Amino acid sequence: MYRQQILDHYKNPRNYGELEDPDIEHVGENPMCGDTIKMFVELADDDDTIERVSFIGDGCAISQASASMLSGELRGESLSAVQEMDRDDIIDMLGVDLSPMRIKCAVLAEKVAQDGVAIHKGEDVEVTKTE
Amino acid sequence: MSQQAQPLDVERLREDFPILQREFDGTQLVYLDNAATSQTPEPVIDAIGDYYREYNANVHRGIHQLSQEASVAYEEAHDRVAEFIGADGREEIVFTKNTTESMNLVAYAWGLNELGPGDEVVLTEMEHHASLVTWQQIAKRTGADCRYIPITDEGRLDMDAARELITDDTAMVSAVHVSNTLGTINPVGELADIAHDHGAYMFVDAAQSVPNRPVDVEALGADFLAFSGHKMCGPTGIGVLYGKQQILEEMEPYLYGGEMILKVTFEDSTWNELPWKYEAGTPLISQGIALAEACDYLDDVGMENVERHEAELAEYAHARLTEHDDVEVYGPPGDDRGGLVAFNLDGVHAHDLSSILNDSAVAIRAGDHCTQPLHEVLGATASARASFYLYNTREEVDRLVEAVDDARQLFA
Repeated sequence: MYRQQILDHYKNPRNYGELEDPDIEHVGENPMCGDTIKMFVELADDDDTIERVSFIGDGCAISQASASMLSGELRGESLSAVQEMDRDDIIDMLGVDLSPMRIKCAVLAEKVAQDGVAIHKGEDVEVTKTE
Repeated sequence: MSQQAQPLDVERLREDFPILQREFDGTQLVYLDNAATSQTPEPVIDAIGDYYREYNANVHRGIHQLSQEASVAYEEAHDRVAEFIGADGREEIVFTKNTTESMNLVAYAWGLNELGPGDEVVLTEMEHHASLVTWQQIAKRTGADCRYIPITDEGRLDMDAARELITDDTAMVSAVHVSNTLGTINPVGELADIAHDHGAYMFVDAAQSVPNRPVDVEALGADFLAFSGHKMCGPTGIGVLYGKQQILEEMEPYLYGGEMILKVTFEDSTWNELPWKYEAGTPLISQGIALAEACDYLDDVGMENVERHEAELAEYAHARLTEHDDVEVYGPPGDDRGGLVAFNLDGVHAHDLSSILNDSAVAIRAGDHCTQPLHEVLGATASARASFYLYNTREEVDRLVEAVDDARQLFA
């Protein structure tokens, strides 16, 4: 489960930090584990293409590495592409077998991004969390 | 009287637990999650099988032979559990689903009726959610207040604070006997004395003490005491509520229905005698009978011996884990704790640690151990916990420490 790539992203997270004036800013947590991820997104003038992504967070290696890797993947994507992602995309991205208990750690960042996009599009999101 | 503790013949005991022979990818299981649930010895597994193979029947309502046999075995299981914890008899032993249900039984049957504005329930900062959430919510519904006895830096109860918190307004003191997170052995007998001086009841959460040390409800002065079968070599799906007979007689039932009644008319009902008044519906027959078998098993091993064995393993694990400065162990020093060690390895989340240990077939618990407010006090969102039982060995503790070393290197 702890491939070198995952450990590398955990120890040296990419795109870590807050964006000053983000178009999308959303936080989510995994209450059972205490993992938290907050993502920041800047959009291009078309209000659809992702130009910059960053995140801050705290938690296990799987949740944080997943956020780091996802932050790289999202750049240049459209908002609808973000919304169309599913958990298999995240599992493919991480490239490891995850036990059912750990999948929720892996998909937290994806859920935060998707709920952030939904809010940006005017939808109601109660609380972002993975169980 | 407590006897001199003898070393356990662990190799022989391990033969009673077939699950301990399991291997994962050729590596033998090291099971160190006993505070969550203990493994089950052959005699207890057999007790369940024998019941279903030979005398499965509903209790207390059949005249036929099977029902008589099941009824006698089920009733005698209460006697056996009473003897195991020093209760006066079956009248004081109610079978429930688990410790949590035992808590809820008293909280609903007594708390909802007796608590009101101005009353206080005194708990500890190291309560399990089973007691904390239950009393918190019953207090909200009745207008009563919950107070929490703080812990010291060493993870013990601040007894000076306890003496100030428990007053004539206190109606119930509910405290965990052995903390499932800190391993602290709390002076619940002393708390019971303070509670009684102020006319309050004492509820002891004994989920982590009855399985691994001699517990005598009278010596402790407990008015109520709760524990679970699955943490003491018994099956899942059975817990025990001990209550002093006089209090149980005065309390209203918690669940209504069959079995718990004496006489029913369209207008009214009267209640069965103790303990059946609190066991509505078809009860936990096979589980109760198997729990009595678990009591036999543990008494054969000797609870003093179990206590000593666990304390030695905990002290050894504490010493080995703290050889490195990057490990923080929670709770009192190694030579004064129950048989569990909760810890964190700096820079490695407890869930990552648990996953890496799992790769070495070492099973521990990682998370908040149902003590979220305590973890907030400790300043940690989660911790890893190794908990020991009568079949664990020092070699298994070494396997734990080696696996923690692996994690340390992986994350370095």
